Amino acid sequence: MVDQLPWWGGLLLPVVLMALAGLTASWDAVLRDRASGGPVRLAVTLPLRQAGGLLVQQRRQTVAADVLLGRGGALALLVAAVLASLVTPLGRWAVADLSIGIVWFNAMEVVAWAAVWLVGWGANSAYGLVGGYRFIAQGLAYELPHMFALITAALGAGSLRVADVVAAQSSVWFVVWMPVAFVVYLLSVLAMSFWGPFDQPVGADAAGGAAAELSGVDRLVFTAARWLLLTSGAAFAVPLFLGGGSGPLLPAWLWSLVKTLAVLALLVWVKRRIPTLRMERYQEIAWVVLIPLTLVQALVVAVVVLAR
Amino acid sequence: MTLQEYLLLAAALFSVGLYGALSQQSIVMIMMGLELMANAVIVGGAAFWYFASPARPDGQVVVLVAVTLMAVDMAIGFAVTTAIFRRRDIDVTDSAADLKG
Amino acid sequence: MWTQIVFGVCAAGSVATGVAVFRVDSMARATFALLASFLFAAGTILLLNLAYLGVLVVLMMIMEMVVMVVFMLMYMMNPAGLTPMTMVHNQKGSLAIAGGVFAALAACIFLVPWPTSGQPRPADPTRALGEALMGSKMLVMMVLGLCLFATMVATVVLATHRGRYDRYGDALRAKRPDDPVRGGLDR
Repeated sequence: MVDQLPWWGGLLLPVVLMALAGLTASWDAVLRDRASGGPVRLAVTLPLRQAGGLLVQQRRQTVAADVLLGRGGALALLVAAVLASLVTPLGRWAVADLSIGIVWFNAMEVVAWAAVWLVGWGANSAYGLVGGYRFIAQGLAYELPHMFALITAALGAGSLRVADVVAAQSSVWFVVWMPVAFVVYLLSVLAMSFWGPFDQPVGADAAGGAAAELSGVDRLVFTAARWLLLTSGAAFAVPLFLGGGSGPLLPAWLWSLVKTLAVLALLVWVKRRIPTLRMERYQEIAWVVLIPLTLVQALVVAVVVLAR
Repeated sequence: MTLQEYLLLAAALFSVGLYGALSQQSIVMIMMGLELMANAVIVGGAAFWYFASPARPDGQVVVLVAVTLMAVDMAIGFAVTTAIFRRRDIDVTDSAADLKG
Repeated sequence: MWTQIVFGVCAAGSVATGVAVFRVDSMARATFALLASFLFAAGTILLLNLAYLGVLVVLMMIMEMVVMVVFMLMYMMNPAGLTPMTMVHNQKGSLAIAGGVFAALAACIFLVPWPTSGQPRPADPTRALGEALMGSKMLVMMVLGLCLFATMVATVVLATHRGRYDRYGDALRAKRPDDPVRGGLDR
């Protein structure tokens, strides 16, 4: 069962998330350097060096920038990425085991939908706006299949509480009998953190998109928020579909970490292998293929739950 | 935290929304006023559920209907605005008074 | 006592940001002031032990305000608020009507003897709501579903500027459309 941590769990949460995000960023840099044939040693510390460089870099200001909305958006993205993992259990401990944990996660990642647009709007730049609107269009595509995938997991467990979802997987993991929901969930984690094939909102063809005019601390906050959002989404896949902390030999929290890192490694590998998809192509696939598939999956799960 | 306080909040939100819906010229700003009024219904419905009839789920259903209503009225409102704008290149209600009188 | 303070902050914040919607010059800020008003109102709902409805209001309002900001920037002439402007008609009349309505409602609130319920509050209001919607209030659920579907169809019909000829060209009875805007499935 999942125990709730005392108040200091809330302080531990961003530290654990940052450590996971840092490891994933290092893995991404190592993959990139291996693909380009450079030395791997420098790539492992690249995230830390980049963060340090951005901290000392001077902030760039544009004319008539909407500072309140721009910086507010970046801060909201960072806070939402951390708060989304409030309900994710690490083995047996969660910071806050809310009774509506799945809806809470959904609400926090919807904040990203508004936050990226705000960041693009704040700099009073055409490229920023282009990136922001691209992310809104992407959100229209991934949001509904994502919600149906979450509903399918809640349906399988009969509860919105993450602890109940973990307990319902004691015999067989959800990924075994709801694979479509798992794949759709992973796709929407990629899309919600505009990662991999869905990184057109910060694409190079729009001079960096929503992050076009960010520099210094603003850029660090935005980049860190993007990594944390990816990490939070991948970490939430573990209690939802991969059985939480269950597994032989190792303690539960170590299994949770191992599974989270495995999902993150998979997502980073997907980015390296698949080129960027245009949003209108993903829109059509999401609305015409993914939504009916997730609905059929939900029907199958509902029938199984009723027949049990 | 009494019923009167919650209803006062709902009444205040409703009045601010009513002012917006009556005074604004642009269609989208009128819709912001309508959203505020639906927000008042949400707060009022939740307060009535908690204080007057918590055993029945009717208050929660009212809140759910109000949230759906907000989404629906926004969607249709923006579609109508888009259609009018494409036809006549206007976005204020004063220029769309064909049915008046 | 803490709930009273939180309720006071949320209520004051909700009304203040609601007023700010019509006072700020920047349309983007007006939309997000409206979002802040909704978030404060959702805070007051969370205080009533309605966890699911509170988080649901937060979720839906963020999504709706993002859609609204797209249209606000499209149609309003002062999206960034760089010049001051007022676009109102009949402002004094509207203020009078709104003030009168608030006074009348406040009088009703304090004069009407509201019913109180002695029954115990359910421990899990989410489950009660779910069982009601799937049981005794199934008609509400079905009507909401139909209403949403009708809205989707009506919205697309009203707002789209492309028709059959854009998708098929001149051969309307062709099996596969010849759409210049290619989608992901090459339809």
